[in-house]
Amino acid sequence: MSFDMSFVPENFVHSLEYMGKGMLGIFIVILVIVGITGALNKFTGKKK
Amino acid sequence: MEFLYENLLCLTWQQVVMWLVGGLLIYLAIKHDMEPTLLLPMGFGAILVNLPFSGAIGEYVDGVLVEANGPLSTLFNAGISNELFPLLLFIGIGAMIDFSPVLSNPKLMIFGAAAQFGIFFTLCVASIFFDIKEAASIGIIGAADGPTAIVVANKLLGFDSPITGAIMVAAYSYMALVPIIQPPVIRLLTTKSERRIKMAYSEKPVSRTTKILFPIIITIVAGLVAPASVALVGFLMFGNLIRECGVLNSLSETAQKVLANLITIFLGITIACQMEADKFLRPQTLLILGLGLFAFIFDTAGGVLFAKLINLFLPKGKKINPMIGAAGISAFPMSGRVVHKMGLKEDSSNFLLMHSIGVNVSGQIASVIAGGMILAFFA
Repeated sequence: MSFDMSFVPENFVHSLEYMGKGMLGIFIVILVIVGITGALNKFTGKKK
Repeated sequence: MEFLYENLLCLTWQQVVMWLVGGLLIYLAIKHDMEPTLLLPMGFGAILVNLPFSGAIGEYVDGVLVEANGPLSTLFNAGISNELFPLLLFIGIGAMIDFSPVLSNPKLMIFGAAAQFGIFFTLCVASIFFDIKEAASIGIIGAADGPTAIVVANKLLGFDSPITGAIMVAAYSYMALVPIIQPPVIRLLTTKSERRIKMAYSEKPVSRTTKILFPIIITIVAGLVAPASVALVGFLMFGNLIRECGVLNSLSETAQKVLANLITIFLGITIACQMEADKFLRPQTLLILGLGLFAFIFDTAGGVLFAKLINLFLPKGKKINPMIGAAGISAFPMSGRVVHKMGLKEDSSNFLLMHSIGVNVSGQIASVIAGGMILAFFA
């Protein structure tokens, strides 16, 4: 199996878009989960 | 008497090097108790596959592999190339995880998100040397989660890619090295006074209904956002649901112990199929191992720096100990324990365990979502 490696520094800048989208996506999903969990705790928790 | 030494003459120096690599993994597992469930089978497997014309791989005729029907090849085809073993292991992992610390304080989950920074930063750096799918597969080492790394690398590159093996080995090896990798990074990015910040813990009860609905809802949310992650998230959450439903105790115990142990044995020794000398000993492997370490370092940095950023907006007395951000890396429960021990070292009365474990657990969820993101972008 042959395998070539390259050296293209410009690719770092081009892939920053994926970093931005990926981190934003994770934060949005996590914040949605945080919100849902908070709501679950509120509506299913034991009433005092 | 030629038959006694003719195979010895076919031994290459590269195979001997791999014996030493295998021996090192076994040494770390036994002598230093570093994730022995992973490193010992991998180390021994590395030796098995680096014996000339190893029957563990298949049948050889005149030095050429004619049929990959050895037990390791069979196990590899049965469970790694189709991602079955890591997904089954996720059922066991899900059954082991108690999400209560994060359910009682869901805000901790944002540190789990922040600690996935290393995955994407490494993707950017790796793209300088590799094409984008390879770079993404290398970046996912930062998920600090063997099953996620295997599934993503397999889906993006295929199991016969020359770098998949290095990715799998890096993911599992660095998980074992978390107690060595994280502390220096945390110390570099925090001051002594920050490390001594105390965080009060008051246990908030979590209802059984919440514990049961949580895995179901997470699966639906993550699955709608990233359909490619449904297998990963779904199997993890299925294991957790078995644990929390309260009516499947024997299944939960089986998943946590028997299933997890069986799959770990098969997974560990079978991953070694990717450690044949001609596949593994390449300059690219060293670069991939280096990038994997880079991913772990920047995961840690991402979590810690995010916690410090949050602290800028919090009043005195309500500050977060930034070390808990580092626990957002998905190496559960090791990372949580590392942070807790560092806290105790700075102040023996500072118990960060419930906070760090909560963040650590959320890192498990966030890393799977990160894997789903990567698959959504590139699969």
